[in-house]
Amino acid sequence: MANNSLAYYPGCSGQGTSKEYDMSTRAVCHALDVKLQDIEDWSCCGSTPAHTVDHGLSTALSARNFVQAEEQGLADVTTPCPSCLKNLKVALHRLKDKNVGPEAERILGRSLTQEHSVRSILQVIYEDIGLKKIAAKVVQPLTGLKVVPYYGCLMTRPHDLMEFDDEENPVSMDKIMEAAGATILPFPLKVECCGASMGIPRNDAVTRLTGRLLGVAASLGAEAIVVACPLCQMNLDLRQSQVNRYNKTNYKIPVFYFTQLLGLAFGIQDTHLGFDKLVVDPKPVLSKLMANKSVLPGTFDNAEVAA
Amino acid sequence: MDIVNLGKPDREFTRRVEKESGQTVSKCYQCGNCTAGCPMGFAYDFQVNRIMRMVQAGQKDLVLSSKAVWYCATCESCTVRCPNNIDVATVMDVCRHMARREKKIGVWGVRAFTASFLETVKRFGRSWEMGAMGGFMAFALKPFTDLDLVPKVLPKNKLPLVPHTIKARKEVADIFKRYNEGKRNGK
Repeated sequence: MANNSLAYYPGCSGQGTSKEYDMSTRAVCHALDVKLQDIEDWSCCGSTPAHTVDHGLSTALSARNFVQAEEQGLADVTTPCPSCLKNLKVALHRLKDKNVGPEAERILGRSLTQEHSVRSILQVIYEDIGLKKIAAKVVQPLTGLKVVPYYGCLMTRPHDLMEFDDEENPVSMDKIMEAAGATILPFPLKVECCGASMGIPRNDAVTRLTGRLLGVAASLGAEAIVVACPLCQMNLDLRQSQVNRYNKTNYKIPVFYFTQLLGLAFGIQDTHLGFDKLVVDPKPVLSKLMANKSVLPGTFDNAEVAA
Repeated sequence: MDIVNLGKPDREFTRRVEKESGQTVSKCYQCGNCTAGCPMGFAYDFQVNRIMRMVQAGQKDLVLSSKAVWYCATCESCTVRCPNNIDVATVMDVCRHMARREKKIGVWGVRAFTASFLETVKRFGRSWEMGAMGGFMAFALKPFTDLDLVPKVLPKNKLPLVPHTIKARKEVADIFKRYNEGKRNGK
C-alpha cells in the first residue's frame, strides 16, 4: 500500500531554539489531518554555513535525508524551516547539475533512486488544505488581533527554485491568518532580510536590519509579528532586547510562529503550542484576545473569509 | 567610493566563476539593482554591483580579498531583482568558495561561526546551537558574545545543553571525510 504520509524534516532548530515551531506544526497538522512521518535519523542539511563553503558538501549533507526518506518509502518531504527547505530543494537541483552533481554523489557515497519533492509546511497547509478548510476549523477566531506577517528572505525566493507564492509580495501567510480571524496590516518589509546568522559575527547587522522590521511593524500599530522562519523569529524575538538597547527603542512586540496562532484559533491547548517558549511576553496580547472571546462565536463568517 | 586601479585581467578567473556558478556574468550592465536592495551593503568594502564588474574585468585578487563576499547573507534580493536574471547570490557564494581555496583570510568572525557550526554537524550529525556558539567564542576570541541573551533564553528551557547525536553519525562524518579528501586532491 502506498504511504500517503509526508516525510517530515523537523530541522535542527526544531529541537532547540524553535521547539515551539515544531510543536505547534505537529499539533496543527494533526488537527488538519496532514499526516507527517518523521524522517528516521535525519541529519543536518548544512544550513548556510555548508553552502558558503562548498556546493558539493552542502548538496551531500542535504541529500542524505532523501536517502533516509527513500528507505521509509517516502518521496515527498516537508519542513517548517525555510533554510532547510531551500537547502533540500537546491540539493535536488544540484544533484542533476553536470558540474556539482557527480561530485556531490561522490561525497554522499551513493545516489538517489527516485524523484522527490520538497515543500514548506506553510505551502502544504496553504495548498493542500486551503483557506476554506482552515476557516472551517476555527473555533476561536483571532478577531481584533492586528498582525504583520513576515516571511523573511528564503521562503519564496528565488521563485524559479521555490515555486511558491510571490517572491516580492507573498500572501499565503496573510490569507491563512485572515482565515483565522486576525486583522492583517500591510507590511512593506515582508521579504526584507533580518540579518540572518550575521547576528553572531556581526551583531550590528541584526540590530540594524531587524531594528527596521520592528520599527515599521510598530509604526503600523502591529500588536504581533507572525513568522514562518526560526532564524527570523530568533532575531526578532530573542534579539529584540539587543535591538532596543542599540537603537534606544522600547519595543515589546511578541513574535509568533503562524502555526502557534493557527493552533490557538483551532482551540488547540496551549501546552501543544509553546507560547511559554517565546522571549517577548505574549501574555498581554493573548489575554486581550481572550477578553474579547465571549462576544466572538457566531460573528465569524467562514464563507466570507474563504471567498 | 574608493577608486580602484584595475590590474591585468585574469580571464581564467572570470571563466571559472561563470562555470562554477552557472551564470553568465557578462550579461551584467551595471544597473545597480543588486546594490540598491542589498541589506548587508553597509558592511561591504565593495558594493555587489562593483564585485560583478570586477568579476567581468577578471580582477581576481580584488574580488577574492574583498570583505563583501564574506558579509553577503545570501538573502537572494540581488538574484530576484536582477533584470538579466543573473543569480548574483550564487556568484557571491562561488567567489567565497574560491577565496577559501586561495587561502584568503576573509572576515574571521564569519569564518569562525561557519567552522564551529559545521564542526557540530560533523561530530553529532546535527547542528548544536550551544556547541556552535562555544566554538565561535573560542575561534573568534569573543568570549562574551551574546552573554546578555543567556538569562533570557535559559529559562525557556529550549536550548539543549547536550547535542542531539544521530545514530548514523559516522555517515555524516564520512561525508565530511570524502569532501576533505576531494579538496586535498584538488578536485
